[in-house]
Amino acid sequence: MLKETRKKLTPVQQEYHQFVKGREPKRPILKNCLCAFFIGGAICLLGQLISTFYIHFFGFNEKTAGDPTVATLIFISVLLTGFGVYDHIAQVAGAGTIIPVTGFANAISSAAIEHRSEGYVLGVGGNMFKLAGSVIVFGVFSAFVISTIKVIIKSLGGF
Amino acid sequence: MIQGRTWVFENRPYIAASSAVGGPFEANGPLAEDFDFLHGDLWLGQDSFEKAEKMLLEQACKKAVDKAGMKADDIQFFLSGDLMNQVISSSFAARTLAVPYLGLFGACSTSMESLALGALIVSSGFGDKVLVGTASHNAAVEKQFRYPTEYGGQKPQTAQWTVTGAGAAVLTSKKTKDEIYVAAATVGRVVDMGISDPFNMGAAMAPAAVDTIESHFRDLGLSEDEYDLILTGDLGKIGHRIAGDLLVKHGLKLPEEKFGDCGLMIYDEQQPVQAGGSGCACSACVTYGHVLNRMKNGELRKVLIVATGALLSPISYQQKETIPCIAHAVAIEKGGDPKK
Repeated sequence: MLKETRKKLTPVQQEYHQFVKGREPKRPILKNCLCAFFIGGAICLLGQLISTFYIHFFGFNEKTAGDPTVATLIFISVLLTGFGVYDHIAQVAGAGTIIPVTGFANAISSAAIEHRSEGYVLGVGGNMFKLAGSVIVFGVFSAFVISTIKVIIKSLGGF
Repeated sequence: MIQGRTWVFENRPYIAASSAVGGPFEANGPLAEDFDFLHGDLWLGQDSFEKAEKMLLEQACKKAVDKAGMKADDIQFFLSGDLMNQVISSSFAARTLAVPYLGLFGACSTSMESLALGALIVSSGFGDKVLVGTASHNAAVEKQFRYPTEYGGQKPQTAQWTVTGAGAAVLTSKKTKDEIYVAAATVGRVVDMGISDPFNMGAAMAPAAVDTIESHFRDLGLSEDEYDLILTGDLGKIGHRIAGDLLVKHGLKLPEEKFGDCGLMIYDEQQPVQAGGSGCACSACVTYGHVLNRMKNGELRKVLIVATGALLSPISYQQKETIPCIAHAVAIEKGGDPKK
């Protein structure tokens, strides 16, 4: 819990927090990290295999193979989400399935599926970016800030 | 008669019949045999989860009315609530039933809130055929309170699994064959111990359950082994442990084998439900199915159900509010000769 909110608690509430603390199971951080590392790594390995496949059989080069590789991973992720498998993998993998592009695809497709019952416009369209929207907003904004810094440094004669 | 904040029903409201309906997850649980209907399909053939929840409640209500040997028209009042915004499942089920209706909201404590109020109506003589019920649907609740069902977020061990199901009971003033009646009800206070993690409802709700259990025992001057079974609604593994320890700390040592939690009974250890079951239907299904069946068999004679509810909304926790919780207790007893 955040320190600020804890300060607002009454002494009785703080005492209860201490009482609860010893009775809660600890989050298995090490296990979660290892699962995330290996499953996330496996997804990256799969991406690398797909990329190599496109380079060898479809005449892409290392630079251009990126786009079809990402598209393929997104496709697989959306398919697994639709079949109701992705959330079960994610329960074990944690960050391992959220961080790669597959997690982003899952966030969008799961929200789209979920709100299909409210129609295409108000349901699917309106809610598709419910979870992924903030990734886009803050992703674009941080890209803007970083590129501005780069341009300034460059114009000052930097690298 | 009122003692403290406990209603003691002198004119006994009898439970004429009750029903429990469950979904696919509940069908794999250890209490599967106590359900009247079990659905293999989470959609129940509907095109949305919300409609499926309404179907669950309608089925439970119809079954309970049937079992009581009544028709829907005979019901004088229908008291119900659920977890959906604006309690739509209950109101829509009431639309189908077309009987006088009062919509309630007590989050997961609605099962006992409605039973207590129904008993009050019957006992006071303002009605003698009252239907009470509640429902919850895993996917509909996840959608409203958390993330989309298929979203790949990792749930911590303290999270709980919302029960898909519905429970309903018919209360009447006429003595029934089983002589199972509502003896008393303790109305809960809102207790907030400053827990703000919606994935740790058990810890948030435990103090409310403890508060209500304590005052129930104090109000009625009961001894610790008064009841054959005391069940909290949906505290789960963590909440149940906390509640047990808190009660001991407050000087109320309930016998361990008689103190349980509906959320721990409805699923077994192998099912991936983290800390246990939750939702309105959790305590409703266990009480109206399993517990009442055991009472009919004579295995249990005095039972106290303490349904716990977390009164948060998705907006309140995004605004960093802590979770206020409530618990309502209802004592259900079996009359007649205990040796029978």
